[in-house]
Formats: sequence, structure tokens, C-alpha cells
Amino acid sequence: MNFVALKMLFGDRAKYLMLLAGLTFSTMLILQQGSIFWGLMTWTQSGITNVNAPVWVTDPNINQVEEIKPLAETTVNVVRSVPGVEWAVPLYKGVQRARLRDGNYEQIALIGIDSSTLIGRPVTVLEGNIEELRSPEAVAVDQTGVERLGGPEKIKVGTMFAINDHRVRIVALVYAQKSFQNFPFVYTTYKRALEITPPERRKLSYVLAGPVDGVSPEELARRIHEQTGLGAYTEEQFGWKTVMWMLKNTGIGVNFGTTVLLGFIVGMAISGQTFYLFTIENLRQFGALKAIGASTGMLARMILLQSFTVGMIGYGMGVGLATMFGLLASGGALPFKETWPLLGGVGVALLMICSVSSAIISQA
Amino acid sequence: MDKPLNQGGKPFEEDLSHWLVRARGVTKSFGEGDTKIPVLKGVDLDVARGEILLLVGPSGSGKTTLLSVIAGILDSDDGDVRILGKTIQNLSPSEKTCFRRDHLGFIFQQYNLLSPLTAMENVAVPLFIRGLAKKEAFGRAEEVLVNMGMAERLKALPTKLSGGEQQRVAIARALVGDPQLLLCDEPTASLDGETGHRVVQTLCDVGKHPDRAVIIVTHDSRIFEFGDRIVHMNDGRVDQIQHS
Repeated sequence: MNFVALKMLFGDRAKYLMLLAGLTFSTMLILQQGSIFWGLMTWTQSGITNVNAPVWVTDPNINQVEEIKPLAETTVNVVRSVPGVEWAVPLYKGVQRARLRDGNYEQIALIGIDSSTLIGRPVTVLEGNIEELRSPEAVAVDQTGVERLGGPEKIKVGTMFAINDHRVRIVALVYAQKSFQNFPFVYTTYKRALEITPPERRKLSYVLAGPVDGVSPEELARRIHEQTGLGAYTEEQFGWKTVMWMLKNTGIGVNFGTTVLLGFIVGMAISGQTFYLFTIENLRQFGALKAIGASTGMLARMILLQSFTVGMIGYGMGVGLATMFGLLASGGALPFKETWPLLGGVGVALLMICSVSSAIISQA
Repeated sequence: MDKPLNQGGKPFEEDLSHWLVRARGVTKSFGEGDTKIPVLKGVDLDVARGEILLLVGPSGSGKTTLLSVIAGILDSDDGDVRILGKTIQNLSPSEKTCFRRDHLGFIFQQYNLLSPLTAMENVAVPLFIRGLAKKEAFGRAEEVLVNMGMAERLKALPTKLSGGEQQRVAIARALVGDPQLLLCDEPTASLDGETGHRVVQTLCDVGKHPDRAVIIVTHDSRIFEFGDRIVHMNDGRVDQIQHS
């Protein structure tokens, strides 16, 4: 009877297209909202993911990556003394002011990385040579920096500008994940970062550490915390800590969560209602099938097949449209991150609503 | 010859070689309490093998309800309905469904063809329900439709068929499973006189089979001539049985 069920579904083109449009719109709505939400959360962690270090050592009371509580310079050696640490390097992170050639100022996120190892450097170099960061006055600027500091015509390898009245020269253009505050990332060496930032008693923002073979980042973080009393987190742990803080303290969680939830409820309601109406309109035909000997189980399977088929097609089209939106938006200012768990979650939710509406209809 | 009737729950005389349907003292009401409406008030009815029986009477006399009780679609409140020796009330819902599938054929007033399916696919549906493979089901469906003069319309959708053609497809669908009892609910109600006449003629041709019986619920006096017996119902009771 699968053949009959599918012909009933596809045969009435107007009803089928209406149903498909409802399901496609629902999927797109939920996925688009969910992806923007998750994209925003990804931006909040970019300060961590751009650095790409196994373990972050921080002040014990830190809440999130942007809330920098400087450490003593000796902390690097303290961390190096913990068994299981293969390497530990300093990292400077802070918001500074860059002065442009036209006299304008722009805030930047300055990242100072260890000059000998360059641990914490960006993975993708778009132009120039990142190794040249070791040369005098050298900095690397990310794609947001190129845009903010004057555009690709003015900002290129060799361009000079000032940070806190210290002259710097661009030696590389790099790609970095945008930050939540949307400041451009400017990379330099740790030593130079200390030179060009205003004097403070402590300037070490974080210590990055890596484990020896056989020790996991989780185990290393635990050891560092236990032996030094400092905060120590794996990249993932620090990322989640930051996300949770943002959700709890910024209102993003409530506001965006409500939007996502509403998108979900509205989307699911549309899907359920549309499919329910579709089947109700076919009730006379199902009644005829029952009269000529189709069992209730057989009719339920037919309805389920119809709902799953149209659900999957609608899901595919919705994912396609949401992805297209994401691709168009990814070049702009909108955060958009379509993840496998999100795709899976929306798929499962859609199948669930199809099953529930099928069950209700079968009962009727 | 007209025969007044009130058999009033006479015991069955089991003769399966002669009687295909035997109903005794069937009652059925709808609603509850003050709004309870008795629709069947103790109906006795026998249908013999090879017989074409017309069930006639005014609207609300209980004809369609009786047909539904015989088919096992509705449960009677009281009484006994036996088809092919099986007491319908004693069957579970799934057994009733299987019984309908294996022994009964249905023809509806509005044909109830599945609009997205072609004539041949519609006729094959009861065979799909029985689990037959597509090729075999289509082969048998085609055979039945060709026998009914529909060879040229096998691939036509119901919307492209005339009323008479649609009813012939509905008859073919009812017959394709070779049922022993054919139940027809107002089969000519949506047809003009000439087409209705032709459709009933077709029904009688296929119904006149020693192992099959046909019950036709109708208002249409123009087809009375086709019945072996005409059972008149009134106010939930069998009022009169007329033999042709």
C-alpha cells in the first residue's frame, strides 16, 4: 500500500505543495533562528578558538574570556613546573586604540603571542608571512581589521599605522573568527604588546599550556588547577564557560532563546496543523479504504509514510533555503553557524511532529 | 406476491448451502439518554446465494445502517448477523476487517475512488490490501476492467471519467477480490436514468453467480425490476418483502 499512500500524497498537487511549503517554511524558520543563535555563541568564543591552545591558565576568579584579570609574570614558570606540562607560553589580550592615517581612531583587540614559538597565531594567513612578526614593529591584521582600518586599498602588507602612538607595520593579513564585540584582531609578539600598551603592574592576560604525550588536556588542566590554585581550562571548557556566562548575564539567552523557541513552536504548529488538515481532507478516502478491508494499522502506516515523506522533503528544502541564507549572510555582518547537532535536532523535531500528528489522525 | 413480515427473532435454521446472510432481531441506536434515536428496531433479513436483494424505503428508515451492520462497519446493539455462517458480532475489529477484505465487496453512492489513482490502480487497491504484488494486482485489475468494457479507460484518472464509468470502476474494484457478498449503497443515486439502468444491469450480470449475493440499498424505483426480492423498510423495521 506504500504505492497508494505516495500516489495519494503526490497526486493532489495543490494540497501537496501547500503542505510542502508549510514544512519547508517551518524548517527554515527554526534552522535559521537556531543557526544565528549558535553563530552568535560562536562569536563569543572566538577569543579562545582563534588561539587554538589545549589549555588556558587564568586568574582563579575569571568568568569568561573577555574578562581579563591579569596574572603575575612568574605564572608562566609556575605553570611550566607542573608535571605533565610540555610547554607554557604567555598571551597578552586587550582592547587598544589604533590611530589611522586619516587621523581617525579605531578600537582593536590586540593579541600578543610568544615570539619564539608563535603559539596562538592565526591558522589562516591570507597574505604576507606570519613569521615576520618577530621583526621590529611587526603586526598581523585580520580581515575585519582590513575592513575597519581603511579597506583593502589602504590596508595591505607593508602599511603602517599607530597603536597607542607606537608605530606598527603590517607583515601579514590573516583570517580570524569574528569576535562578539566585533573588534578587529591585531596580532603581535607578547614582548611588543607589553611595549605598546600603557604601563600596568601586571600585563600577562593568560598562560597557554600544552600537555606531554599521554596526558590529556583535561588531566593537565586539573593538575594545574590543583597544584597552583589558578583557573585552568581546556579550550572546550573555557568556551562553554564563556557561552554560559553570556547566556546568563547578557540577556542574549532569554531574548534569543525566546525567538528560537517561538520559531520552533510556530514552525511545529504550522507543520502539524498543515499535515492534520491534509489528512482530514483525505478522510473520506481513508474511510473507503477501511470499508474495503484496510486495517487501522495499515492506514496508520500509510499516514505515517505520507507524513515522513513530505516531512523529509520539506526538511531538505528548508535546510537548503536556510543554508543559502547562511551563505549569503556569512559574507556580511550576521553570525550564522549551521551545526550538525542543530540539523539533527530540527530533523528529529520534524519527524516527531509528523509522528504525533499521524498518531492523532490515526486515532481520529 | 407481497408477503407481510415480522419474523421477530425466529431461530436460525442453518443451511449454509442456501443462505449467505441471516440476520435476526438486529437493533441499533445512535446517541445516548434523551437524545438516543433507535434506527433499527429488530430487523430480520435473509439473503440467499445467487440472489439480488433490493433494500428500499424512505430516508431514515435504516437501510444504510443495516448495510453497515451487515458489513461489520457498525456494531449492532442487539441481535445476530451471520454471513457465511460466521457471527459478525463475535469477531474482533481486526477479524472484521479481514472478513470484509476477504468476503465482501463495497460500492458507494459517491464511488469513493481515490482521485490521484488511475482506473486500473483504483481497481487494484483491494488486491494491494491483500498483499498482492503490483504486477499481479494490475494484471487482475485490468482483466476485470476489460470484462466490464473499460479497456480503453484503464489509465484514466477518475476526474476524466463520466459518472457511469466511475461507477463501473467502483464495481470492478468491489469485484476484483471475488467477494461472495456485494454491498451497494445507492449505486445509482448520482447517475442519470439511462446510466443508472446500465450500471445496475452490470451489477446484476456479475451478481448472478451461484456463490454470490448482492444487496442494493436504493431509493430508485426505476431499478426495482432487477431485484429478486425487494425488502421495504420503514421506521427501522422490515415492512414488507416483495418477490419478483
